[in-house]
Amino acid sequence: MSLTDREAWTVLHGMLLGAVFLLAFAGGLAGLWSLRAEFLTPGGLRERIPRLEIGVLVMAVVAWLTVITGTWIVYPWYRAPTPDSPRSKLLANPNTALWHRFGMEWKEHVAWLAPILATTVAFVVFYYGPRLAHEPKIRNALIMLFTLAFVAAAVAGLFGAFLNKAAPTT
Amino acid sequence: MSSSLPEQVTAMEQAARAVPNGPAAAAILAAGIGAFSLGLLTTLAQASKAVAGALTFAAQVGPLSGKSTLAVVAYLVAWAILAARWRGKEVHFAPVWTATLVLLAFGLVGTFPLFYELFPSR
Repeated sequence: MSLTDREAWTVLHGMLLGAVFLLAFAGGLAGLWSLRAEFLTPGGLRERIPRLEIGVLVMAVVAWLTVITGTWIVYPWYRAPTPDSPRSKLLANPNTALWHRFGMEWKEHVAWLAPILATTVAFVVFYYGPRLAHEPKIRNALIMLFTLAFVAAAVAGLFGAFLNKAAPTT
Repeated sequence: MSSSLPEQVTAMEQAARAVPNGPAAAAILAAGIGAFSLGLLTTLAQASKAVAGALTFAAQVGPLSGKSTLAVVAYLVAWAILAARWRGKEVHFAPVWTATLVLLAFGLVGTFPLFYELFPSR
């Protein structure tokens, strides 16, 4: 059950960091959605805000770590100009070339939207604190940005999993 | 004597109105600018080998090194500029949000392979 260094970094990038971001999304979305003055007492707001702040902050940090490890550590191994790199193997076979030309090409770019959007959400949550409950337009905007961050990360994670299945980084 | 619940709610509403939305709007619009930058750079790198080469900040990463770096720089610089302009101010959020959505849409489209591959590399 041992892993090579490259496999370990790939696991860290996708199955640990990326998965944490995707799994935490549900809690963050519920937290933002239910942060409404009509649902909560002032005491309830004070109770929920620290949890929401920690959650969105952790998600932003994790998103940055995910794309940085992906781009600067795992991706170079993937695209190495050698015949046995995952990229070379995928492109050498017409039946698998689309995994790179579409899957990796989309994943490597769209993923970078996730930390940008997640950071913006985290900042605005911290800026307003419990007062966010009285700002429905801002809160709805954050929900949309938060969801877009999730979609971007989900696309990247999905194609990352398939790519590593089709041509593992070993 | 502690304040009643309606008094607490009213106090919070008044506090919310006292918080200008400028800094939040700045962060949100900056995210749109960052996304747009990523989409633009991705499409330009596809259309031009010279641009792709210029964006190759690190050979082992390729043009993605420059695209991602510059997109993040654009996001942070835009945020800093907008935050300075809108600090302490109340801005009309609707046009800011509309602009953000448009920029995000360009960013999403610009990073989609079926779009940027419409521009053959020269």
